Amino acid sequence: MSAPRTSILRPSAPRPSALRPARPVAGRRRAQPVTWIVLGLLAVYALGPLLVLAANSLKSSREIDTNPLGPPQSWSWSNFAGAWERAHMGGALLNSSLIALATAAGVAVIATTAAYAMTRLGLPGGGAWILWLLVSSSLPIQLFLVPLVSWWSFLGLYNQPIGLVIIYWAVYSPFATLLVRAFLVGMPREYEEAARLDGAGELGVFTRIVLPMVRPAVLTAALVAGLQAYNEFMLAVTFIQDRDLQPVALSLYSFQQGFTTDWSLVSAAGLLMALPVVVLFLMMQRTFIDGYVSRGIAV
Amino acid sequence: MTTETATTGASLAGAPVRRGPRPALRGRPLGARRLRRLLAWVFVTPLLVVNLLVVTGPGLASVYYSFTDWDGLNAPGFVGLANYAEMLRSDAVGTALVHNVLWTLFFLVVPMTMGLVGAFLLSRLRRNQAFFRVLYFVPYVLATVVSAAVWRQLLDPDGGVAAALSTLGLPFLDPLADVNFLGNPSLALGSVAFVNTWQWWGFLLVIFLASMQSVDPALYEAVRLDGAGPVREFWHITLPMIRPTLVFLGLMTIIWSFLVFDYVYVLTQGGPAGSTDVLSTVLYREAFQNQRHGYASAVAMLLSVISAATVLGYLALRRRLRWDV
Repeated sequence: MSAPRTSILRPSAPRPSALRPARPVAGRRRAQPVTWIVLGLLAVYALGPLLVLAANSLKSSREIDTNPLGPPQSWSWSNFAGAWERAHMGGALLNSSLIALATAAGVAVIATTAAYAMTRLGLPGGGAWILWLLVSSSLPIQLFLVPLVSWWSFLGLYNQPIGLVIIYWAVYSPFATLLVRAFLVGMPREYEEAARLDGAGELGVFTRIVLPMVRPAVLTAALVAGLQAYNEFMLAVTFIQDRDLQPVALSLYSFQQGFTTDWSLVSAAGLLMALPVVVLFLMMQRTFIDGYVSRGIAV
Repeated sequence: MTTETATTGASLAGAPVRRGPRPALRGRPLGARRLRRLLAWVFVTPLLVVNLLVVTGPGLASVYYSFTDWDGLNAPGFVGLANYAEMLRSDAVGTALVHNVLWTLFFLVVPMTMGLVGAFLLSRLRRNQAFFRVLYFVPYVLATVVSAAVWRQLLDPDGGVAAALSTLGLPFLDPLADVNFLGNPSLALGSVAFVNTWQWWGFLLVIFLASMQSVDPALYEAVRLDGAGPVREFWHITLPMIRPTLVFLGLMTIIWSFLVFDYVYVLTQGGPAGSTDVLSTVLYREAFQNQRHGYASAVAMLLSVISAATVLGYLALRRRLRWDV
């Protein structure tokens, strides 16, 4: 786990100049503009649509008809107030934040304790647990969605944010457990042994020795789970009906469904939903990307 | 990366990673070991409970319900294989399956190529790598509903990109006026896939880049001394060296393509006229609009069988061809 963490930002092929002169240097130089052009086009492709979204969020609904793609002529900040009001963004953002936080915290606890039990406490079953985690993290949600709706109605968890959070715990914890487990497997046991010899209890070893050391892996797992919960759509649209309980993904969805959609307000609402995530991502991009890279490679 | 796949592979092969009692513990009273065993079960209980309650339990229930006429309210009645027979004859399921296959092919080619080429070019930069990587990854952290809001405007027949291009006065761009990308049955599926690609390819790029960075630079130096250009470096060094990642992401692409739901549901709800229906939207409609939970469970079983078959095929490839993946 820690190996890719350091290698990700390392330029891949450091080229010592002593090894270079086999080919004319001019050839290398001619290749460079093509690289930059392609990378630039990809950057426009990735960011252009977001710039259009930002621009449209500042246009009046009349301007968006005549100038749908360009920069705004006059900046109508009132769109944000309008979107906040009409798409119920305030309540929805609060709901989503609580759901994301509860998911992140729950997944962190579930994954850390389970991974610790599997790697350090001699949980019987060994490899069967990992196989079970791999299977249940790759089972399609569609497989258990239909009976789950009935079970959740029966348990009184349907149309309850906590019911949705419990589902997220279950869906996101297998991957998180595998992530923390991989980290624990690569961590030396000497500190724990030493603490035990010093007379520390089992809980003391876990909370004072292990927890501080696995923090990076747990943080990554929690961030990924929290972001997924914030963005998630299929389970949210299935399990939450009341508008007051809706996460922001659902209110943005119903806001853009109408026949006479006001795109300046939809853009403003979309930007309000995206902004917290983009800011958080830019602040902690290495943690995020490492989490997703390990998701792509390890699981 | 290699350590990761190695661990996963070892555990898949069923080799339990367990150790005997450690010397330091041998002198301690028996109670300590029993306490740890007890604590192990306490610690794994949360995972076990939520998983049984949400994933494993309802998942197994689905298997049973697929053989019943359950409507979600009344007691399910056993109907044998009737749901499966109906599913195999159903035009809706057949069309949806074809769409899923087309979707899979699209995602195996378009985003994969973009991710591979982008990552390869990026891996050759000496500076600004981290900058571009963050930039390309931004769409991936956005929610489906946000990118849907963006692309509905960009694909709009009146105010979208195509309409703007058609006003440039270039004759070959004129047909782009009034193209309804999401409303035209022959364009809708491709348009939805295109929108999903925008959000998805950056994820592939970042993983390919991480994989390319673990390739030994000496290999590149060697072919460069033979006078190889970037294209040959890509074909003869990069692609073979990152094959495990490539195969793995190909596998995940296949699985995710058969499960796709969000983009289709948010952008077109399977329409117009079923032209973007995929297995998941058929399942969703049968379950929650037509209240045919039993039949929907049979569709869910089809999805699960496709996923499982893909994974098993991958494992068989690994064993048969001794691929180090």
